[in-house]
Amino acid sequence: MATSSFGVPTPRVDGRAKVTGEAKYAAEFRARDLAYGFVIGSTIAKGRIRRIDTSEALAIEGVLDVFTHAHRPKLASSDDKYKDEVAPDTGSPYRPLYDDKIQFSGQPVALVVAEEPEIARFAADRVRIDYEREPHVTDFDAALRHGAKPNEEHAHEPRGNAAEAFARAPVKIEREYRMPVETHNPMETYATTAIYEADGRLTVYDKTQGAPNSWNYVSNVVCIPKSKVTVLSPFVGGAFGSGLRPQYQLPLAVMAARALKRSVRVTLTRQQMFTLGYRPANVQTLALGAERDGHLASFRHEVIGITSQFEDFQRNIVGWSNQLYRSAASELHQKLVKLDQNTPCDMRAPGGAEGLYAIECAMDELAYAAGIDPLELRLINYSEVDQEENQPYSSKELRACYRQGAEKFGWSKRSREPRSMRDGHELVGWGMASGIWEAMQMPAAARAVLTANGSVEVASATADIGPGTYTMMAQIAAEMLGVPIANVTARLGDSSLPKAPVEGGSFTTSSVGCAIHAACRAIRKELIGFASKMANSPLAGVSPDDVVFADGRMRHKDDASPAVLLLDAMRAGNAERIEKEGKVKPGEKTEAIPHYNADLAHFTHSAIFAEVKIDEELGVIRVTRVVNAVAAGRILNPLTAKSQILGAVVGGIGMALHEETLTDNRFGRFMNHNLAEYHVPVNADVHAIDVIFVEEKDDAINSLGVKGVGEIGIVGTAAAVANAIFHATGRRVRDLPITLDKVMGWSKPESQAANS
Amino acid sequence: MASRAAATQKSEKFPAPAKTAITLVVNGVSRKLEVAPWTTLLDALREHLDLTGTKKGCDHGQCGACTVLLDGRRINSCLTLAVMKDGANVTTIEGLAEGSALHALQRAFIEHDAFQCGYCTPGQICSAAGLIAEGRARTADDIRELMSGNICRCGAYPNILAAIEQVLAQRGEPAR
Repeated sequence: MATSSFGVPTPRVDGRAKVTGEAKYAAEFRARDLAYGFVIGSTIAKGRIRRIDTSEALAIEGVLDVFTHAHRPKLASSDDKYKDEVAPDTGSPYRPLYDDKIQFSGQPVALVVAEEPEIARFAADRVRIDYEREPHVTDFDAALRHGAKPNEEHAHEPRGNAAEAFARAPVKIEREYRMPVETHNPMETYATTAIYEADGRLTVYDKTQGAPNSWNYVSNVVCIPKSKVTVLSPFVGGAFGSGLRPQYQLPLAVMAARALKRSVRVTLTRQQMFTLGYRPANVQTLALGAERDGHLASFRHEVIGITSQFEDFQRNIVGWSNQLYRSAASELHQKLVKLDQNTPCDMRAPGGAEGLYAIECAMDELAYAAGIDPLELRLINYSEVDQEENQPYSSKELRACYRQGAEKFGWSKRSREPRSMRDGHELVGWGMASGIWEAMQMPAAARAVLTANGSVEVASATADIGPGTYTMMAQIAAEMLGVPIANVTARLGDSSLPKAPVEGGSFTTSSVGCAIHAACRAIRKELIGFASKMANSPLAGVSPDDVVFADGRMRHKDDASPAVLLLDAMRAGNAERIEKEGKVKPGEKTEAIPHYNADLAHFTHSAIFAEVKIDEELGVIRVTRVVNAVAAGRILNPLTAKSQILGAVVGGIGMALHEETLTDNRFGRFMNHNLAEYHVPVNADVHAIDVIFVEEKDDAINSLGVKGVGEIGIVGTAAAVANAIFHATGRRVRDLPITLDKVMGWSKPESQAANS
Repeated sequence: MASRAAATQKSEKFPAPAKTAITLVVNGVSRKLEVAPWTTLLDALREHLDLTGTKKGCDHGQCGACTVLLDGRRINSCLTLAVMKDGANVTTIEGLAEGSALHALQRAFIEHDAFQCGYCTPGQICSAAGLIAEGRARTADDIRELMSGNICRCGAYPNILAAIEQVLAQRGEPAR
């Protein structure tokens, strides 16, 4: 019997395209007479545009037009048209070039279109804009003084009396943690190439995490019949959540193409990437009370996060303790303050990365307060039930993560006291943390076509922003139909393909993958039907679940009798091609998932162990080792899955040590808006990272038993690094990023400075 | 300024800069093009020659996505004006493979999954080719340091290191 290709490291099917430069991204598609747009952003954070003088720009040779709110094609006038698939429920989405109102610094106020990109950019400097300024609030601390409003969308029922339990607890800590704004900064800047076809139809290449989302949005906003526009996005140069909502270059390029009746490309600059959404800054207060033996008696967690004046954006930040640990009493609050900035948006593990940073640092502090090993404290409070929904888990191999991670890292050799380990002139610190992320599934559809020449095509409107979606799709079809992966072509990033959700939240494989699984199951059934009608068929009367597909053949699973060639079965059925569509809907028990149980909680878990070395005199921090042990159900492709965890750990190191988008509150504007001043980890910042996937079988979750790995690697990583820094130095820095000035005590952390 | 005002008054167009004819030898092929003095080598490659394998990530020499080999040395093509390089030899990602046979670095990048989204990848590979030619990398830390001008936001650094180490080892230049 052939062994499964699931679990076998499989190189990317699009690898060759990516290493040769053949893979084309949104700004790389050609068109005859292509014109180039350059966006002008507002220099004020709040107010209105009094006047825009475009005459100088229009007088430059090669400038075709300058679009503004006063000079533009028709745009939709109701909020619902601007609400994309990922728009917050509460609020009114921002409308690009709609009116004279300025809501955030960098908001597009004009689009210059010219024959050449340099001319458009030069002419943009010649557009004179007269603003009427209003006072803005972009200072988080200043806004906090006016109070925060509870976010009803994330209200949690209290459990027991947490305040009383905290007061009585013999061991307790109460701490405040802070995180700054972080900016996604995928390497590819946002771009849209809107190709104006001869018949007036538009083919739009857009950088997005969901071609269907962009397609819906742009046809609604720019008032084009859906049948006249197609959005394509075959390759996406990273996104990390920034492409979940359509970005403003999309409607700008499309409106210009419509108005000029020619193809237009709009590419954002790196600076303009800082005018899009961001991971919102937050302040978290945790009060943890425990018995002397470490059992949690009370868990109180409050977060205040920032959002824009016009939309309420916030993800689950405080709910995770209920989902991860067992605590007798709990009280959880989420609040918002509104600033004159663009709406924040999802950034890798939105909410989880923030919440677990603070929760896992607080657990470390509690461990020290209780005199218990930090890993032991997690085991003492291990939960078999998600206390938020009061449901057991469909699977939770977190104990195995702790055990295997600790063993690989050598945790048992850790000496407890801070400043007790060193390597020459460097202080050595070992810290750990847990990670958790929800294993979700979204409605999705996919199509699979088997052709009589043995080739297979699978297609879905999903995206591949880097995790390896093309490869996942091809691998599932190859496995299900028993053909070599080289025979399979995967298509995605096309709004005309079967509908898929945006790629995010770690749910692409569980959604699109399971839809492909369903489509291939339907093809298998048809093939078995054809085969069972063949003369002397070895498959007559055999149940589809008992048939194995491998090497281009199918046979009974316990039978050594002759196999049937797929192509013979197709011939017998007189079929040139078999085309099937597969669909999945969350919460549905089907024959593909007989053990599905809707009353179970679905989560991915991890245990992260980090080593830092800190130069005692200079304060330079190096993360020299990380072990991240992950329980994420079945791992289809360990090669690409490992890359997801590695990359997310690098993101977590960035959160811990480097990343901070700074606001100049005088102008209400992000000031370090480039890759020299917004620090992200580079190769020299990253050392040994070990990834362990612990065995976790889950047949109650979905037809593939997968949970997704896109987010889990970043969740908890910053806390593990922060805890290691405390262990190395004895100094708790509670505001990210942990830069050397804070570690050395040269500058007071903001949270302490505010109180002194 | 005065000349522009005059031009505007006469309702004549303010002229775009005049173009210069230059020749670039790109991936072994002589290419003639007309470029304005403000056109970068990066935009000349991407917009004039349709060689979009070379990527634009920041346009300020801060990310390395636009790395190409100029007369064998790795440079940021976004910080180089095309007119300055008349007659130069440029190797881009499109020119590394020999026909259908991939360059050793391209094979190693696939094997080690040294990329995810793929956008920094051409720059990483060209930079690695330059690094190998420089002959300075002796240890893994050398490679990390000398590859730190190329940002990978997907965080594929450990795999990029492994891919480069493998190619160096194949050439008898072990990095340890």
